[in-house]
Amino acid sequence: MANEIMTINMGPQHPSTHGVLRMLIELDGETILKIDPDIGYLHRGVEKLSEYRTYHQTLPLTDRLDYLAPMSNNLGYILAVEKLLGIDVPERAQTVRIIMAELTRLQSHLVWLACHALDIGAMTVFIYAFRERETIMEIYELISGARMTSNFFRAGGLSQDVPAEFEKKVRDFMAVMPGYLDTYEGLLTNNPIWRKRTIGNGVISAEDATDIGITGPALRGSGVDFDLRRDIPYAGYETYQFQVPTGENCDTYDRYKVRLVEMREACKIVNQALERLKPGPVLADAPQVCYPPKDSVYNSIEGLIHHFKIASEGYPVPEGEVYMGIEAPKGELGYYIVSDGSSKPYRMRVRPPSFVNLQAIEKMSKGSMIADLVAVIGTLDIVLGEIDR
Amino acid sequence: MADTNRAVEKLQGKFAASILEVKEDRGDWIVTVKKEEIIAVLAFLKTECAFSMLTDVTAIDYLGKFEERFMMVYQLTSVAHKDRIRIKAPVSESDCRIESATQAFASANWLEREVFDLFGITFDKHPDLRRILMTPDWVGHPLRKDYPLQGPDREPYKGRLS
Repeated sequence: MANEIMTINMGPQHPSTHGVLRMLIELDGETILKIDPDIGYLHRGVEKLSEYRTYHQTLPLTDRLDYLAPMSNNLGYILAVEKLLGIDVPERAQTVRIIMAELTRLQSHLVWLACHALDIGAMTVFIYAFRERETIMEIYELISGARMTSNFFRAGGLSQDVPAEFEKKVRDFMAVMPGYLDTYEGLLTNNPIWRKRTIGNGVISAEDATDIGITGPALRGSGVDFDLRRDIPYAGYETYQFQVPTGENCDTYDRYKVRLVEMREACKIVNQALERLKPGPVLADAPQVCYPPKDSVYNSIEGLIHHFKIASEGYPVPEGEVYMGIEAPKGELGYYIVSDGSSKPYRMRVRPPSFVNLQAIEKMSKGSMIADLVAVIGTLDIVLGEIDR
Repeated sequence: MADTNRAVEKLQGKFAASILEVKEDRGDWIVTVKKEEIIAVLAFLKTECAFSMLTDVTAIDYLGKFEERFMMVYQLTSVAHKDRIRIKAPVSESDCRIESATQAFASANWLEREVFDLFGITFDKHPDLRRILMTPDWVGHPLRKDYPLQGPDREPYKGRLS
C-alpha cells in the first residue's frame, strides 16, 4: 500500500476543467507523477468545414472557437483575409475594431479571473466579475445583436455602423471599470489564502515557456517581454500607447498580476480609441468584396444583384498564403490561410493559443499536489472550444 | 523584416544545396527545403538566427496538384528580433514520413500529433505519436482532401441547399 501508484481520471465533466478537458493523472499519494490530457471532445472540424465554405461563410465558424472572446477570433480571421486581398480598412472601422478587441480582452480576462478564483475557493470575485462581463455582453448585443456569436467584422470593415448609444455605453463602462479592478485586487492580491495557493505554484521558466510555445499573458508571466500588439503590430495598434507587463517569479501569482495590469492597459487603449472615434464610413470602397449598403439592396436592382452575387458565389481571393497572428486574450491566435484563387479557402489553419499552452500542464504541475493542478488549469486560461476546434 | 531577410541569406549560405525555393508573399518570408534537412534547418534557425519559438506546425494536402502530395509548414517566431519566418518541406504520399521537430522545439509535440491525426503523416523520433483530436480507434485522416466532409459511408456533401 505504501508505494502504490494510483491513476485517476479527472474530467471531462469536472467543473474546474473549464469545459471538456479530461486528464489521466498518475499519483503517488497526492503528488502528481504524470498527466496525460485527453482532448478532442469538442472537435467540430472547423478547418475542414472552412474548405467547403466561402470566405464570408467561414467567418461565423470563427466565433465558435474561443467562445469567451468571439471578436478576437473574428479579428484574426478577417485580418488574414484582408492581408490576402490587400485591402485597407477605413479609420472608423479600425477604431471600432480596437475598442471591441480590447473589450473582448477584458471580457475574457474577467471570465478567467472569475473561474480561476472560484476554483481556488474565492466565490465573491466570481459574482463581481460576471456582473462586469454582463455589461460587455450588452455592448456586444447592442452592436451585433448577439451576446456571444458576434460575427460582426467583415473583410473591409464592419457589418454595419455602431449605434449612437455605443459610445456613451462604452464611456460609462470605462468610467467604472478601473474601480472594479481595484475591488478585485482588494479581494485577492493581499489575501493570504490566495497568496498561499498561487505563489510558487505552476512555475515555468522563461526558456521552457518559449520552447513549449506558450504565448500571451502566460508567457509574459514568465518574464518574456513579448506582445504582438507592440512587437509585430496589426490593425493599427502601433499608434496606441500602452504598457506590456511582465512577471518575475514565473508562477501563478505573477500571471495573475500580469493579467490584471493587462486589464487596466486594455481600459487605457479603449479610452484612447474613444477619443479617435469620428464619424465616417465603416466599410472599404471595395465592391468586389464588400456587401452593398442595405438601402441600395432594397431599392435598386444593381444593389440586389451585387448582394446576391457576393452571397451566392462569394468573392475570389488572389492566390497565395498568409499567416496572421494576433494577440488574442489567451495568447497568439494565428490564422494561416492558403488560397488557390477561388472563393473558398484551400486550407485554413487555426493556431489556437490554448492548445499550445495546455502542452505545458505536465511540466508546470509535475511533483506538486493534485489540488494545485486546479490552480494551474485556471492560470493557463484554456478554452476547449479553441483547443478542439 | 530586415532580420528575417538576414536569416534567409544565412540559410542560403549554409543550406544552398537543400533549399528548393525562397519567396516573399505579402511580407511573409517563405523558405522551402528538402525534408531530409528539416531538423538541421530548424535547429540552425533556433541557435544561429534567434528564432526561439516554433509557433505552429501544420500541413497542406495538395492532392492532384503537385507531384509531392503534402507540404509541411513550420511557423517560427523570433522573440528577440520580433520577426517571423515560414519553413516548408514537401512530403510525398508514398514515403509519408518526416523527422520530428521535437528534436529542436518542445512545442512541436502536440502540433505534430495533430498533423499525424488529421493528415496521416508519420513523424520519426517523435516521443509520443498518438492521435490527439480524434478517438484512438478512428479510421482515416479527416483533413485529407479525399476524406469526405460528411465522414465515410455517408452521402457526399453537395453544397449548401439554401
